[in-house]
Amino acid sequence: MADSVIVTKDLTRVFGDFTAVDAITMDIKKGEIFGFLGANGAGKTTAMKMLTGLLTPSSGEASVSGYDVFTESEKIKKRIGYMSQKFSLYDDLTPMENIQFYGGVYGLYGKELKQKSEELIRSLGLQDKRSSLVGSLPLGWKQKLAFAISIIHDPGIVFLDEPTGGVDPITRRQFWERIYEASDRGITVFVTTHYMDEAEYCDRVSIMVDGRIEAMDSPEGLKASFNTSTIEDVFIQLARKAERGDE
Amino acid sequence: MNSFTGFVIKEFKQIYRDTRTLMVLFGMPVIMLILFGFAIRNEVTNANIAVLDLSKDEVTREIIRKLEASKAFELSDYLESYDEVEQRFREGNIKEVVVFEPDFGNKLGKEGQADVQVITDATDPNLANIVQSYTGAILLDHVREMNANGMDGKVGINVLTKMQYNPELKSVNLFVPGLIAVILMLVSALMTSISITREKEMGNMEILLVSPLKPYHIILGKVLPYLVLSVVNVITILVLSKFIFQVPFRGNLVLFFAESTLFIVTALSLGVFISSVANNQQTAMMVSLAGLLLPTLLLSGFIFPVSSMPLPLQVISNIIPAKWFLIIVRGIMLKGAGITLLWKETLILVVIALLFIVLSLKKFKVRLQ
Amino acid sequence: MKTVLFLLRKEFLQIFRNKGMLPIIFVLPVIQLMVLSFAATYELKEVDFALVDYDKSIYSQELIQKLQSTGYFAMREYSDDADAMLELLEKGDVKLIIRIPEGFQEALTSGKSTDLQLIIDAVDGSTAGLIQSYTNSIINDFNQEKLGLIASKYSMAPVSMVNLKTVNWYNPDLDYITYMVPGILVVLVSMIGLFLSGMNIVREREIGTIEQLNVTPITKYQFMIGKLVPFWIIGMIDLLIGLTLARFGFQIPFLGSLFTILVIAGIYLILIQAMGLFISTITDTQQQAMFIAWFFMVVFILMGGLFTPIESMPQWAQDLTKVNPVAYFIKIMRMVLLKGAGWAEVYKMVTILILFAFGLIGISINRYKKTAG
Repeated sequence: MADSVIVTKDLTRVFGDFTAVDAITMDIKKGEIFGFLGANGAGKTTAMKMLTGLLTPSSGEASVSGYDVFTESEKIKKRIGYMSQKFSLYDDLTPMENIQFYGGVYGLYGKELKQKSEELIRSLGLQDKRSSLVGSLPLGWKQKLAFAISIIHDPGIVFLDEPTGGVDPITRRQFWERIYEASDRGITVFVTTHYMDEAEYCDRVSIMVDGRIEAMDSPEGLKASFNTSTIEDVFIQLARKAERGDE
Repeated sequence: MNSFTGFVIKEFKQIYRDTRTLMVLFGMPVIMLILFGFAIRNEVTNANIAVLDLSKDEVTREIIRKLEASKAFELSDYLESYDEVEQRFREGNIKEVVVFEPDFGNKLGKEGQADVQVITDATDPNLANIVQSYTGAILLDHVREMNANGMDGKVGINVLTKMQYNPELKSVNLFVPGLIAVILMLVSALMTSISITREKEMGNMEILLVSPLKPYHIILGKVLPYLVLSVVNVITILVLSKFIFQVPFRGNLVLFFAESTLFIVTALSLGVFISSVANNQQTAMMVSLAGLLLPTLLLSGFIFPVSSMPLPLQVISNIIPAKWFLIIVRGIMLKGAGITLLWKETLILVVIALLFIVLSLKKFKVRLQ
Repeated sequence: MKTVLFLLRKEFLQIFRNKGMLPIIFVLPVIQLMVLSFAATYELKEVDFALVDYDKSIYSQELIQKLQSTGYFAMREYSDDADAMLELLEKGDVKLIIRIPEGFQEALTSGKSTDLQLIIDAVDGSTAGLIQSYTNSIINDFNQEKLGLIASKYSMAPVSMVNLKTVNWYNPDLDYITYMVPGILVVLVSMIGLFLSGMNIVREREIGTIEQLNVTPITKYQFMIGKLVPFWIIGMIDLLIGLTLARFGFQIPFLGSLFTILVIAGIYLILIQAMGLFISTITDTQQQAMFIAWFFMVVFILMGGLFTPIESMPQWAQDLTKVNPVAYFIKIMRMVLLKGAGWAEVYKMVTILILFAFGLIGISINRYKKTAG
């Protein structure tokens, strides 16, 4: 059996009297593509923030890459990549400058950094755009660039928070090809998404409702146990029970 | 008209819901007025001086007593030699040293004249000047008394000075009108320019522009809440200055509010104009600060009299609306002047306001097409 | 250390890419220094006055001539109608009315007394004070001169006289610009330090990049150094430009050591930046940060002894200046540049600045968290 890279037990986060994430337990293996689904306001982003060390949990246990999220969040940060909804590139820097900055932040330097960034620019097909500002690039390019940057330091795990919002299906498909490539290199992918077709691409999927994980299995397993033909139907069945509305 | 009322109500709600900003907007004028009303003044009180008395006789002791008694001075040190002067000045606390020559009293009695040397720390020329002239007045006074003892009363010219409009020379009388101008500029011009620019930055402006609202509706809706806010600020300042600082109000209240509203409209039109040229909040802020607030503080006559500036700056000051508003408000409050005396300044403000309203309306229209 | 270098490179790239900011950083301060230094003066220029001369004598003319020859006073109007002259004062056309009574000359030649009236427009109290002291000293001179004449003529008893000899140290010509330039330099450097570095962090928060940085291994110390150093360097460059302009453009004497100034400026900038940093930790948007920063700046400047002497403030306000960093640095600048003060005279104030800086940095680092909530 492969090693577990993300393990949580009853992980909970409370804001005032509001329980955003309610005792979630999961075990994610190395190299897995793990889909983290849920309606708006279900607690996905909060859960992800706890795993990436952006937010301290209220109770429960969790470890990422073998490090405890309560006490060793800075160690975790060296071993993960993160791409947020806003895929935080600097609009006023060029793609190359963004790559070199984040690469440098993750401890790459000198020849290695130069080589890696050239490689990235080439593989993204950004040779012509190397001196234009990121702000002027189309959304799809920005997303690919942000993803490439989030794994520039070969992290064990990459967290993707709704990485493909707002682009057409073809661009989304291209993006997922890159996710597969990363997964083939042994990088564990933890991804939240709104798109149910994307859920089908995952190795395993969990569905969150009102802060709790209501279902977790492979896409096929889920469809079988809920007796539906698509993940979308599974999602709708579960999400209908939700008491929290959109935020 | 219906959609317009709705829009205006929305604007009011948005601004008045943000309690933190609201507190700043209403509280800042109060804090500024109180702080500056009490603290910024030009009259000198308790300036530290030292005495180097090389004579130590009856006469010098008498003069020193008089210096000590003056409200302007705080006699904080007696020096023994010239060498100490420089060290005291360098330490920075003593502003003036009064030196009596040896045998001062004797000379004054026998030869009819004696020397006093007044050494000032003139790094602050204004302070040096004032301290010096106070000292001179005290000395002169003493000599006149001496002469009067010897002879039959005063001879020569008696200067009778009347300080018209502000007999106690209170700085606060001068600063209150200036403060009104600065605060109105801050609230009206800076806030509007930022709030409209923010709308543009967020992309809401386009939505508004494709709505049935006319461009001038949008601008009007944006500035109305700030107009109300500004009028409230003017009232607050007026009440505070009257009851805390006893600033006189000699003129017509209606005229005062009419002129204030005119100035607010001018400031708002400037804010709108800035927002029509700036693309993001940061630019709007920097332009407002550098182009409106600093000139209002420094070129309008708020702190430094326009008449003291070099000619090029005096010319530039003519395009600063606050300069004209200051003349108007000081005229109404302190001199009790009416519109017959202030029509010229009023007209200039009207022209500036109209100019910027037309310019910004044009800008916004172009955008629509 | 390498991480810090990457952060610095990024900051500089961003600063120099923003074409709108460059003039604000490098050109605006120069313009401000020029304009403000010339504008900030109480110096008395030509004062327009109206004359009501009921005596119409040689003496009264002589006195008026004497006033005008100083270059400070210019006669605008001359009339016997005192009320008409008052109206001119009200309109603001003249600032001063001189009323010379009948029998002015007669009194002066026969050793009697005579009342000369000055009516000064005192709306602007400081100008009024200056007008009063200038006219008084001219009239006194005139008085002594005339009394001296009759004393010898009629061999009256000698009048006792105190000869007032004034010496103005450090600034013998009472030149206002010499005094203002060092202070205005302080204000400009403070604005760069306070507005830009604080604003910069809030901006990263507003556009969301700060979240990305927070999941990287960058420590908060590295992040803060990365934010502080670029604007520290820019502030120092601005200061050097300003000092050059002050020395060679405005001919300000540099009596003290330039090295001392630079060292203290370096410390001061860190303190001001720490304030910006602190503001950035308590605000969410650039607008809020800007407002708070601007509010403090105005209070610091107006109460920092730049325009009006701290000595004239009431005691509580003077006490407040003890926590006003701008006031300290303005005082230090003036002391070192204009009076040649050295470490012995300023070390106490510098120590206070250092303590403030440490305190504020401590609080901000404590408040800045890489984790939320």
